[in-house]
Amino acid sequence: MILAGCDIGSLTAKAVIMKDDVVLAAEVIRASGYPERSAREVMERAAEKAGINLGAIDCCVGTGYGKKHVPFVFATESEIACHGRGAVWQVPSVRTVIDIGGQDAKAIRVDGDGNVVRYVYNDKCASGTGRFLEIISDALEVPLEEMGALSRQSTEMLTLSNQCVVFAETEIISLVNDGKEIPDIIRALHRAVAGRAASLAKGIGIEADVVMTGGVAKNSGMFHALENILGISLRSVENPQINGALGAALFAREIVTGNRNVSGNAKNGHPN
Amino acid sequence: MKAAGCDVGSLTSKAVIMDDGRILGSVIMKSRARPWESADEVMNRALEKANCTMEELSFIVGTGYGRDKIPFVNEAVSEIACHGKGAKWLVPSVRTVIDIGGQDCKAIRLDEQGNMIKFITNDKCASGTGRFLEVMAKVLGVGLDELGRLSERSGNPVTLASACTVWAQADIIQHLNDMVSLEDISAGISNAMAARVSVLAKSVGVEGDVCMTGGVAKNSGVVKALEKYLGMRIKRVRREDPQIAGAIGAALFAMEKAKEGAA
Repeated sequence: MILAGCDIGSLTAKAVIMKDDVVLAAEVIRASGYPERSAREVMERAAEKAGINLGAIDCCVGTGYGKKHVPFVFATESEIACHGRGAVWQVPSVRTVIDIGGQDAKAIRVDGDGNVVRYVYNDKCASGTGRFLEIISDALEVPLEEMGALSRQSTEMLTLSNQCVVFAETEIISLVNDGKEIPDIIRALHRAVAGRAASLAKGIGIEADVVMTGGVAKNSGMFHALENILGISLRSVENPQINGALGAALFAREIVTGNRNVSGNAKNGHPN
Repeated sequence: MKAAGCDVGSLTSKAVIMDDGRILGSVIMKSRARPWESADEVMNRALEKANCTMEELSFIVGTGYGRDKIPFVNEAVSEIACHGKGAKWLVPSVRTVIDIGGQDCKAIRLDEQGNMIKFITNDKCASGTGRFLEVMAKVLGVGLDELGRLSERSGNPVTLASACTVWAQADIIQHLNDMVSLEDISAGISNAMAARVSVLAKSVGVEGDVCMTGGVAKNSGVVKALEKYLGMRIKRVRREDPQIAGAIGAALFAMEKAKEGAA
C-alpha cells in the first residue's frame, strides 16, 4: 500500500510518501506562485526519491493553504488535523503541537490517537510567524539558516520593545546603528517570536509532551528560545517541516484501510 | 503674553507660538534622529516665523513621544491631553477626536467643556497608523500625499485580505502584478485604514461632532472612507493645519500656566 501526503504552504511545498508504516521519502521545495505546479513538482521529486511511479500511489491526501489546487489528491484535510496526526505518529507521547510556519502559527492539543482536542491559530498578524524572521533576515542580510548558530554566540541580553514586525524592524535597525552585536539582536528576535507563539499556545493550555514543528523549528535558536519561555523541554522531530504532509499521508492510509469516512472531503471518487 | 507648545513626534516635530488666543507662528518639520535636536530646530524656526525670541516666552509645554527629552520646556503634558485641547480649540463643537499619527492612533472623547472623558490608543500595531500608509505608498511608488487623491478617483476599490501591514503589503504586490489600477489599490488602502481606525474609535463610543487631527487628517481618501465606516460626517479642521493640533494644545496649556504664574 503506497500512500502520499502533499502539503502546499505559502512559502514551501512538502510531500511525504509512505509504504504501509514506513516513510519512503519526504521532500520540501520552495513554493512558486502556482500551487498546482508546486504540488506536481514536489510529488514528482518525492516519488523519484522513493523509487516509485506516481501511478503506484494508492491514495494521496492534500493539505495546507493551497490544498484546493492540488490536482491529484483523493481528499483534503485541514492543516490542524494533519499536524496533530503527524506529530503523534512521530512522537507518541506528544499532547501539544506548536507549529510555526511561514505565514501562520498554530497550537494544537491532541489525544493519544492524534485527534485534535483544541487548537488556536494566528494568521492575522505577521508577528509570531516565520515571516517575522524572514523580514529581519533580509534587513540584517543574515540568511535564515544561519540565525540559529549566530544567536548562540550572543553575550548580551537585549529585548525588543515592539511586537509589531513593522515597528520591530525599525527598532532593530536602530539597534544596529547603536553598535549592538548581530548575535545579540538575533537572540532578542528569537525571544520575541517565541514569546508570541508561547502566548498563543498558553491560550489553549499546554500539556506535555510538547513538540515544535514547521520550518521555523529547524532554527535551533527559535527552538531554545521557545523552551526558555515555556520553561519546559520540547520534543523534536527529525524533519519538523514535513509534519503536515506526513499527517496527510497518515490520513490517506486511514482512507485506504477503511478507517475514515471521506464523504465531506473527497474529490476524485475512489482512491486508485 | 506669549507661550509655546512643542510636539516632538516619531516622524514629524511641530511647534506653535501663541499670544493669548492667537497663533503667531507654527512649523512642521521631519523629526531628526534625536528628540532634543528636533525640538531645538522646530522651536527656533517657529520663533523666527513668529518674530520673537525664546526669552519673550512666559511658558513652554512639551508633548509627543519625545516630550521628556526636550531641555527647554517648563512642563511636559501627555499627547492625549494636548490633542483633546488642541482639537477643541480648532473645532469648538468637537466631542470625539480621532488622531492618526505616524506611529499610533488615538480616539479621545470630550465632554461639552472639552474635558477628556475616555480615550484609547493603539501604538502596538502599525495597522491603522500613518506607518501603514507610508509602507503602502512606498510599495505603490507614489508619494504619501498622492494616496488620498488617487483613492478618490477609484471606481472599484480592492479589498485587502488582512489588516496586518506585512500581509497587506504582500496583497498589494499581488494586485499590482494583476494590473489593478493605482486608484483602486489606493482606495483599498484607505478602506483598510478606515476599517481599523473605526474599530478603535467605536470602542470609546463615537459622539458628534467628530474631527480628525494628525497628519493623516490631510488624506482625503482616508477621511471619506472613515466617514463611511463610522456612518457620520467628520468635521474638517479649517482654522489651522490638523497636524499641529497637539502643539496647539500644548501652547494653550502653556498659556494657562503663564497666566497662573502672572496672577
